[in-house]
Amino acid sequence: MPGTAEIGVAILACGFVTWLWRGLGVLLSGRLDPKSAMFEWVSCVAYALVAGLIARIIVAPSGLLAQTALADRLLACLVALLAYHLARRNMFAGMVCGIAVFVGAGYVRGLIA
Amino acid sequence: MIADPRRALVLGAREALGVPAAVLGAGFLGYGSLAADAGYPVYLTLLATFAIWALPGQLVLMEMQAAGAALAATLLAVWLSAARFFPMTLTLMPLLRRGGRARSWWRFLLVAQLVSMTTWAVAIRRFEDSDLQDPGSRWQYFIGFSAVCIGSAAVCAVIGQLLIGALPPLAKYGLALLTPLYFFVTLVGEARSKSAIAALICGAAVALALHEAAPGWSLLGAGLIGGSAAFLLQRSHARHG
Repeated sequence: MPGTAEIGVAILACGFVTWLWRGLGVLLSGRLDPKSAMFEWVSCVAYALVAGLIARIIVAPSGLLAQTALADRLLACLVALLAYHLARRNMFAGMVCGIAVFVGAGYVRGLIA
Repeated sequence: MIADPRRALVLGAREALGVPAAVLGAGFLGYGSLAADAGYPVYLTLLATFAIWALPGQLVLMEMQAAGAALAATLLAVWLSAARFFPMTLTLMPLLRRGGRARSWWRFLLVAQLVSMTTWAVAIRRFEDSDLQDPGSRWQYFIGFSAVCIGSAAVCAVIGQLLIGALPPLAKYGLALLTPLYFFVTLVGEARSKSAIAALICGAAVALALHEAAPGWSLLGAGLIGGSAAFLLQRSHARHG
């Protein structure tokens, strides 16, 4: 685990590189077409990266979540997605149902073990 | 039509209080708990929230540092994960620009830092309404709206960070799953275009395939390999079908 000074420097550097996209958008606004192939590729890369991040946290987490069961995490995802759609794209319903099932499954596991 | 700038500022702030602040707050509540778990003191959690202001990027940073990735690889991955801000800012800024009397460019560069998925989506939709046609009012509205979003995110992150120590284990796990679950539902639930679905599947597959062999590189690989594969799939599909 890196020290806090090291994390702090990394945070500021990450803040800067994140802002670069926002700044670039200001400088080029009105001069670039947001529907070009280049844009499409960049958004595919960003999307795939975030999908990879979430897949990794759910399937192979580190820290606290590593102490929970993979089946419970996957079940929570499935239930949250179902509840979200059943409640007409209501994020709150999805979250509440997913977390409730996750905690409930963990509780039952604790009883059996 | 609102001409008084202060009223537009208050209107933006008021409209952020409610669903936008609550949904963001839930995501950052989980972020705070994950940050505490990763060994961040409260001030670093706040620094990350204000300086990066992009939850996926903040999570990428945390994950990659935990996996022992090199700083350059981490920066590259965070940078790539933030690419969505480019088209967002590109489309938002012309709506804030007054025809004749222009604001100085550095103010636009500063206000661009406020652009996030939530603030952009609401602003783009609201700026079509008749009460927000004046670029000056839009500017104020956007600042008011964003300030409340960032403020509630920061407050919730601190609460999440402090809560994690006080909760029983099961509740702790629930809190830690909040943010990944939120992104899972957002990504899978909102993916409608073919290229988005392809990018989701390719990115997840590459990240998991690389995870064992090269944990420090799996997210970059997911983005570059998975994203490019999704892009090419979508292109060839569009050409043939």
